[in-house]
Amino acid sequence: MKINTTIRLRPLTLSWPKPLVEFCNKAMILHQIEALVKAGVKDIVLAVNYRPEVMVSVLKKTEEEFGINIHFSVETEPLGTAGPLALARDILGKDDTPFFVLNSDVTCVYPFEAFRDFHAAHGAEGSIMVTKVAEPSAYGVVVTKPGSTVIDRFVEKPVEFVGNRINAGIYIFNPSVLNRIKLEPTSIEKDTFPAIAADQQLHSFDLPGFWMDVGQPKDYLSGTCLYLSHLTSTHSPLLTDPKTNKWVYGGNVLVDPSAEIDPTAVIGPNVVIGPDAKIGPGVRLQRCVILSNAVVRDHAWIANSIIGWNSNVGRWTRVENITVLGDDVTIKDELYVNGASVLPHKSISTSITEPRIVMCKCNFSI
Amino acid sequence: MSVTKGVLLIGGPSKGTRMRPLTLDCPKPLLPIAGKPMIWHPLSAFAKVPGLTEVIIIGFYEDSVMSGFIKEVKREFPNIGISYLREYKALGTAGGLYHFRDSILRPPVPQNIFICNIDICSAFPFQELLQLHSSHRGVGTIMGVNVKKETAQKYGCIVTEPESSLMVHYVEKPDSWISNTVNGGVYLFDKSLFDEIRKAMDEKTARAAEDPLVKPDEILRLEQDVIAPLAAAKKMYVYECKDFWRQIKTAASAVTANSLYLARIQKTNPDFLAKSSPNVISPVYIDSSATIDPTAKIGPNVAIGPGVTVGAGVRVKDAIILEGTNLEQHSCVLNSIVGANCNVGAWARVDGKPEPETDVKGQISVTILATEVSLAPETLVRSCIVLPNKSLNRNSANEVLL
Repeated sequence: MKINTTIRLRPLTLSWPKPLVEFCNKAMILHQIEALVKAGVKDIVLAVNYRPEVMVSVLKKTEEEFGINIHFSVETEPLGTAGPLALARDILGKDDTPFFVLNSDVTCVYPFEAFRDFHAAHGAEGSIMVTKVAEPSAYGVVVTKPGSTVIDRFVEKPVEFVGNRINAGIYIFNPSVLNRIKLEPTSIEKDTFPAIAADQQLHSFDLPGFWMDVGQPKDYLSGTCLYLSHLTSTHSPLLTDPKTNKWVYGGNVLVDPSAEIDPTAVIGPNVVIGPDAKIGPGVRLQRCVILSNAVVRDHAWIANSIIGWNSNVGRWTRVENITVLGDDVTIKDELYVNGASVLPHKSISTSITEPRIVMCKCNFSI
Repeated sequence: MSVTKGVLLIGGPSKGTRMRPLTLDCPKPLLPIAGKPMIWHPLSAFAKVPGLTEVIIIGFYEDSVMSGFIKEVKREFPNIGISYLREYKALGTAGGLYHFRDSILRPPVPQNIFICNIDICSAFPFQELLQLHSSHRGVGTIMGVNVKKETAQKYGCIVTEPESSLMVHYVEKPDSWISNTVNGGVYLFDKSLFDEIRKAMDEKTARAAEDPLVKPDEILRLEQDVIAPLAAAKKMYVYECKDFWRQIKTAASAVTANSLYLARIQKTNPDFLAKSSPNVISPVYIDSSATIDPTAKIGPNVAIGPGVTVGAGVRVKDAIILEGTNLEQHSCVLNSIVGANCNVGAWARVDGKPEPETDVKGQISVTILATEVSLAPETLVRSCIVLPNKSLNRNSANEVLL
């Protein structure tokens, strides 16, 4: 698994490595590890350019829980998207079983078993998961040979319509692919894939259901909505039942059992509330994520925003428009916060009426 | 004790345009500030002046507009005569006074006459003004107030001789700074004022006859045409008011005036205001016919009019809520005026910035909702002016909504 240097989900990632930032109340990386374990994966390599101790200790528990081995493969220089595979050659190439490669920023249903079976069935070197998008012009489009899953070519940011299937950032390869990758900065998309496709050894697999790169706050929220809708459509018991919890409005509400919700609050649709969070009387939440231990006080109104761990939103305060509060941010009573990115441990005592980053006394507009 | 009378100059419908959209439905003098019509505040101060027998209100409004108010205050202040004299023709402030001189001077003949504009918010220290006036032999005494140097040139500027309180110079809205003491819009004149106005009229006519460039008209202004020459003739004195003073020209200034009056009432007549409690932060005025949910948090600096309904968990601060309006649960109103019969939906937010010291063109500070505006639940209106009968169901900021 490749882990990006994480600048995009700031200010949350200033306090916590991005793979550990909760997505729908579970660390991003755990969604993926659980799905991989279900597909029989025993060894997981995390390609990282740093090795945060907090991540090591969290994943130690995961190793024990699932009976797997998690290896940290640390790049000393940037190796691009393919180079890290060469770096982890000893583990990935120790036998002839295929290995998965995935981007840590992507959320979807992770159909790894079906993907594995598809890959085994066609017998070629590699498979790429693709997803359909409405506007392919912003992505790299995958074009297959007519009537087949064999990939013909890749078209980066097409100006005319060539297809609407794009690379979903999830792959499966036979270890023989490692012979194509040198231990140097290499792009898997630009260098490796065209070479495999030229040998007709690359197939495309349609990802069922939703897909979202959740690397940025706006997309993190969109991805949250998609994931919650998926839970609703599969009648997941994880979701809060509107029948027994009258404060749920419009469904798609995921609340950790340890969170305290005042019954006069109105919550939903599309809300995630983390462990030990407290939601006060008369609070209105929609399309937002409240991370663990955050407090939202009486009559506050929050939409389209992420409230960081241990943060505190004051009474009658209104937070909206992709506001992201970092760890331990305090917003005083009765304020209006519009599209602010607030760095950890800040206390905000005047309204922020236009989107901007709140760092210290000096502020930068975005 | 010599007889004194008070004159309140209230102007007319064409004057209150800067208060729009509030004055589209409510004449400016009757706009409720701190629970009472704007005009009530100087009028009630007149009623406390010993020897003041009568208050004469002069303006361009139709009699029917003022009759209800006149009836009410006659009942409230039975010891003084209160009447409304309607102007039909624009004669200027001095011209209008002169036009009604017989009504003002009818017995009991006043020795002194207060003249007070109503578009100001003040403690109206009429008795102190009268005291200073009695100590000199001039024709008139003006209430001077101190303003910031940056804003002084927007007013009539006064230069005073400190020892004698004699006014030595008066310039209306000068091009360059001359003084921080400005005309507070309150005067006290000897009854010989009318002779002075007559004199000014004659001089004006003479000037018009001599100078073909001066267009003859009947307009005679109190400040430029009467007070300035009186200052030159050393017949005007200045009482410097140290208490609060503000102009009420714009709708935003009504919010400031509201808090100043409420703060004063808290000292002078606390029983008029709502009792302080964890959810009522003084000073707050709540009309007895308003319905306030006990979980709503109100104040400071809030006036709530008759028949208003304030729902559960509502927050109101620095605001005027006019008659018949409904604030639904969890809504929040800050730095705003909500007109009569408005509906503010649940979790809606009506929010403004405090009135700035000097107006910046094109920038709206306080939010004003005119009559019968309806705001959908959860919407935000910030620093907007919303015209009557408008239904809003999207967020708005810094705009005039027609």
